Amino acid sequence: MTFSPQLEARFEKLLRSYPPGRQRAALVPMLLYAQDEVGAVTPEVVEEIGRRLGVSTLEIEEVISYYSMLRRTPAGKHHIQICTNISCMLLGAEELWEHACRRLGIGHREVTPDGQFSLEEVECIGACSWAPALLVNYDYHHHMTPEKLDRLIESLRKPQ
Amino acid sequence: MLYNEPSPLEVRLLTRRFGLPNSASIETYLATEGYVAFRKALQMSPEQIIEEVKISNLRGRGGAGFPTGLKWSFVPRQSPKPKFVVVNADEGEPGTCKDRVLMENDPHQLLEGMLIAGLAVGAHTGYIYIRGEYRYLIEIMDRAIEEAYQHGYLGKNILGSGFDFDVYTHTGAGSYECGEESALLESLEGKRGIPRIRPPFPAVVGAFQCPTVLNNVETFCAIPAIIRDGGAAFAALGTPKNGGTRLFAISGHVNRPGVYELPMGFNLLRMIHEVAGGIRNGKKLKAVIPGGTSCPVLKAEECDIPMDFDSLARAKSMLGSGGVIVMDEDTCMVKVALRIMKFYAHESCGWCVPCREGTLWLKKLLTRFHEGQGRRSEIDLIGGLARNMLGRTFCPLGDAAAMPTISLVEKFYEEFEAHLDGKPCPYEIKTAVRV
Amino acid sequence: MADRVKLQIDGKTVEAPAGALLINVARQAGIDIPAFCYYDGLALQAACRMCLVEVEKAPKLLAACTLPVTDGMVVRTETAQVREARKAMLEFLLTNHPLDCPVCDKGGECELQDAVFRYGAGESRFTEEKLHVPEAQWSPVVYYDAPRCILCYRCVRICDEGLGVRALGVVNRGATTEIAPNRGDHLECDECGMCIDICPVGALTSGIYRYKTRPWEMKHVGTICTHCGDGCKTTLGVYGGQIIRGNNRDRSGINDEFLCIKGRYAFDFVHHPDRLRTPLVRRNGQLVETSWAEALDLVARKFSEVKARGRKFGVIGSNRTTNEENYVLQTFVRQGLGTNNLDHHRTGDVVSLVAALAGRQGALAASADLYQRKAALIVAADLAQQHPLLAFLLRANWRHHQARVYVVTPGPVREDSYAVRSVRAPSGEELAAVESLRDALAAEPELVILFGDSVKGERVRRLVEFGDSLGISVQYVCLLDYSNSRGAADMGVLPDLLPGYAPVEASGAPPGLTLPEMLDAPDLDVLWVIGANPLARRALTSKEAFVVVQDLFLTETAARADVILPAASAYEKTGTVTNTCGEVQRLRKAVEIPGTKSDLEIFGLLARRMGLPFGPWRPEEVWEEIRANVSGYNVPSALLAAGGAFPTFPASGLHSVRPKPELIRSAGDTLFTSGTLGRYCKTLSSVREAPGTLYRS
Ligand SMILES: Cc1cc2nc3c(=O)[nH]c(=O)nc-3n(C[C@H](O)[C@H](O)[C@H](O)COP(=O)(O)O)c2cc1C
Ligand code: SF4
Ligand code: FES
Repeated sequence: MTFSPQLEARFEKLLRSYPPGRQRAALVPMLLYAQDEVGAVTPEVVEEIGRRLGVSTLEIEEVISYYSMLRRTPAGKHHIQICTNISCMLLGAEELWEHACRRLGIGHREVTPDGQFSLEEVECIGACSWAPALLVNYDYHHHMTPEKLDRLIESLRKPQ
Repeated sequence: MLYNEPSPLEVRLLTRRFGLPNSASIETYLATEGYVAFRKALQMSPEQIIEEVKISNLRGRGGAGFPTGLKWSFVPRQSPKPKFVVVNADEGEPGTCKDRVLMENDPHQLLEGMLIAGLAVGAHTGYIYIRGEYRYLIEIMDRAIEEAYQHGYLGKNILGSGFDFDVYTHTGAGSYECGEESALLESLEGKRGIPRIRPPFPAVVGAFQCPTVLNNVETFCAIPAIIRDGGAAFAALGTPKNGGTRLFAISGHVNRPGVYELPMGFNLLRMIHEVAGGIRNGKKLKAVIPGGTSCPVLKAEECDIPMDFDSLARAKSMLGSGGVIVMDEDTCMVKVALRIMKFYAHESCGWCVPCREGTLWLKKLLTRFHEGQGRRSEIDLIGGLARNMLGRTFCPLGDAAAMPTISLVEKFYEEFEAHLDGKPCPYEIKTAVRV
Repeated sequence: MADRVKLQIDGKTVEAPAGALLINVARQAGIDIPAFCYYDGLALQAACRMCLVEVEKAPKLLAACTLPVTDGMVVRTETAQVREARKAMLEFLLTNHPLDCPVCDKGGECELQDAVFRYGAGESRFTEEKLHVPEAQWSPVVYYDAPRCILCYRCVRICDEGLGVRALGVVNRGATTEIAPNRGDHLECDECGMCIDICPVGALTSGIYRYKTRPWEMKHVGTICTHCGDGCKTTLGVYGGQIIRGNNRDRSGINDEFLCIKGRYAFDFVHHPDRLRTPLVRRNGQLVETSWAEALDLVARKFSEVKARGRKFGVIGSNRTTNEENYVLQTFVRQGLGTNNLDHHRTGDVVSLVAALAGRQGALAASADLYQRKAALIVAADLAQQHPLLAFLLRANWRHHQARVYVVTPGPVREDSYAVRSVRAPSGEELAAVESLRDALAAEPELVILFGDSVKGERVRRLVEFGDSLGISVQYVCLLDYSNSRGAADMGVLPDLLPGYAPVEASGAPPGLTLPEMLDAPDLDVLWVIGANPLARRALTSKEAFVVVQDLFLTETAARADVILPAASAYEKTGTVTNTCGEVQRLRKAVEIPGTKSDLEIFGLLARRMGLPFGPWRPEEVWEEIRANVSGYNVPSALLAAGGAFPTFPASGLHSVRPKPELIRSAGDTLFTSGTLGRYCKTLSSVREAPGTLYRS
């Protein structure tokens, strides 16, 4: 399979980052970056990266199933990850989570039928002092409330 | 970018450039004593650098508080293999969000710390292992690395010194356990984040089976100040054996949660009331987890305590990663115990029996408890199971799950009792969304 | 001795090499520290936490499986704290374990069950819902029941480290962690079953044995695998007159606990429905059932008549019959029938090797040498496919002792993955490539050279010359295909050599016909085939020949027979066999198939009917005769009877060879084939792996 020139450039840089003979080190970054572009770690992605790194499918499966950010089916266009870990929980993250589920009509690791949104309840994302927090794709949103979440969803819905 | 107002009580050493225009740029960095310490270190012998770090009483900011100078001295001087510098930027401990601001606002400080570590141990390559969620920080660090190459602070023959050093970022992909140093090294090698059998420790057999200096982001960020101003000056900021300042991430039920740089040994109650503006909504303080969820909880009456490694150890808790989680009187401690255990059960790598099975069992047990379906005998079972994990797991994650649990049951026994016999959680209604 | 330390374990003072692992030191001192994940010879895991012990001055319990002993260490392995910790680990393990012991294949042989019995974690405080995962079938041979799995990772390691296959992995994390096969929902591997055997619980079970019986209801018979030439001990589990299991858990053979798919599962031919159970004779062109008496009479009459007329016999012996049978056969043929027209399918040129070594003792490698010698050279052989045990031993030698392995083969082989040098050379042209390794090989302290069938005739002599010229100690293994290929040659099932490679000329008679010469002879009167299938791919030239076949099945050769005598297989008789390394071992009878007779018994009955002055024989008596008469076979009978393996060196001096390279041909079997016999092993044909082309990794 083919990747974008930007991704190829990133891969090339990655492969140069590690000592000779240690290119397998690039596996996790390559999977994650490929997922960002392709939408998921598909069997084709596994095969292609396995081929490039000389790593067996089983070894890649071992790795994919270990890391919680790697997924095999695409998330929504806007992947909303709500932290409900302790600092966020203390400030209402669970209510925020439930609000999001109701609002989008989906649950944990589900995608809206139009493919626009997906939800994931996640562990601490390193925003404890600005809780409750969530990530939309890789963007942080701090001090969230249900109202702010509604506005966020509305603004994301609008075609940019 | 800063996510909270600074406090006048802060001693801003590592955060001194925060808030400056373009604080992340090399221009700002160079204009504010940037890379001065590195230039100084180039004139020092490796032994001198390590000695200075030892004098500083800098202790690891990742959690365990191991003396950094001592750790560096374990790296073999002579080695037929290359050596590596690895930054632990996995920042996964719940309650902790300090490494993030350090990298976001002053990435060059981290690079300078790595360079000095490289000089100290004779390493020529550094990796920054950044958790996958911190994608924007990878972009920031990559930009800073690029700048450093352009300005001759990275690459071959740096500043004509003959010293070569390269730095690369490396992303994780969602795993708390990958913050544990040996699991991190496995992950860095493209594998599952299963910790390694130790000894050997990373200083001897680390990244790619080579000697490696591995420290937390904040630990590396303290190095330039130590070399620039001298280890003694850094040590003087803190308490005995606990040198310098540290970044405390205060979260939970306070009026001004945020990341604040305070001297080691700063009193916890003052931190809550004077730095973080006290408990919100005029509520009373109930408990504090002083260093991230792996640390035993302190009851309100135990909070008049200097925040340094030794004082907290004496109080049978830990300073950990400096994540201060503050809980007010309306907080359900059973719920807290449950949420913490849910986290560890989710993050247990599954390698060893007590951690894999213990965290799941406790999660199920606590879930039932919180729903009011607990039995009296099971209160002791919770503590008992946690004790059966403590000290017996393959890596410290099991301890991290056990310790807060044991303390919560011990110190808030009556709250567990209040959940017995189908009674609804007495606190449930009050945990409302902050407005 | 500075590299030895003294320590105390449970009050006992113990001496051990510095750095040895506490768990081993304790075990050697007779103190058993329980362990699931620790497995001698495999990588350390420290995962099960069963081996926790108290060490003085240590703030917490330490895992004995990863703890190197140090001088002055004081260890306690059975204190209240330790016992309590172990009980706690078991309690954790049992939380998600289904506790279906009464229906579990492992019941009675389960290490978890035993540990629970010992530490008393019988009743659990766990009242939550257990994780449920349905059982999965990964191959006809391998089933996986995830909830029973205690994640000791033994299976993963034996497959990866032991076999070099790495067909098993670990997926997911936390409590959902599982073992997974390499092809998503199924396995593609050697199907050796080592993972099943090594599993301490009933998580991995064998499709062959599942739910057949309880282990304690079986009779266990340790015998020698009848398939390849490596000579693994396989302990057959017999229940109700049926073989239902094969393994070697008592580790009593040269193979320790290793077995490949053939040794572990390919015993099913024994009970195959096509098994011949009645003698058959040809009447009016049709093979019809008859009685043993009638069939034997017919054969004896024919043999006597042909002998009396001085006409031509051709006798083809077997690669799988016992030494005793082979020895008696050659006596029968030479003295009873008066001919040297005796041969067998030669799968490697051991005759030339023995000749080239000219009686030099110690020049043949025993299987243990493959695990111990510092270096090995593999010439023209796909070891992992054709000699699974030797491949396993060599790999273990590399893993444990960093043995240096060199490979010279026509195509890629599994050994390439760890060889210091791999050279590709077309079949028959290996010696030049071997020569190119001269400097490297000469720098080794010692060497074992293993060679396959394309090194034959003159090339064997040249290879030995090469070995001799290296100036280091060199041992050889001539690779042969079947369980008693070596024994057939040693016992003189050859037209030109008597037992012990003594030239037939010594007895005054000229050499007889070789196997192809017999098949080609237009005037052949009798062809007698014992446990061989020479007509599998070609026809018999002599249309008139009277053909007698002793076999288990109606093979192509049997189909041409005038009389077929249903024979017993190796698993149905006693006797000895000699493996490709020349180690002689004893067969033990596991079952009896009604209607069949051992070849030895058949020879005896025929001899009596022919009025020949020998027989009947008991295997034990023949063995004593072999010990007395065949050079190199004078090994201790008692130890052999106890299940030992003894190297033989069957030639006392130089003997001439008639190089006939065209006679030497490996059957080209792979892990999943075993000559004609393999066709009747359903297990071998049921696995989905291609029968493994040689020289393809
Ligand atoms: C389960 C677990 C998770 C950890 N996570 C982190 C982390 O996210 N960041 C970190 O710096 N250290 C973490 N640590 C501590 C590291 O193992 C290691 O001690 C630290 O990175 C060393 O750096 P320091 O000496 O500068 O503290 C973790 C430890 C454990 C046991
Ligand atoms: S290696 Fe050979 S002797 Fe051993 S079990 Fe397999 S086929 Fe039988
Ligand atoms: S044997 Fe030591 S942890 Fe399993």
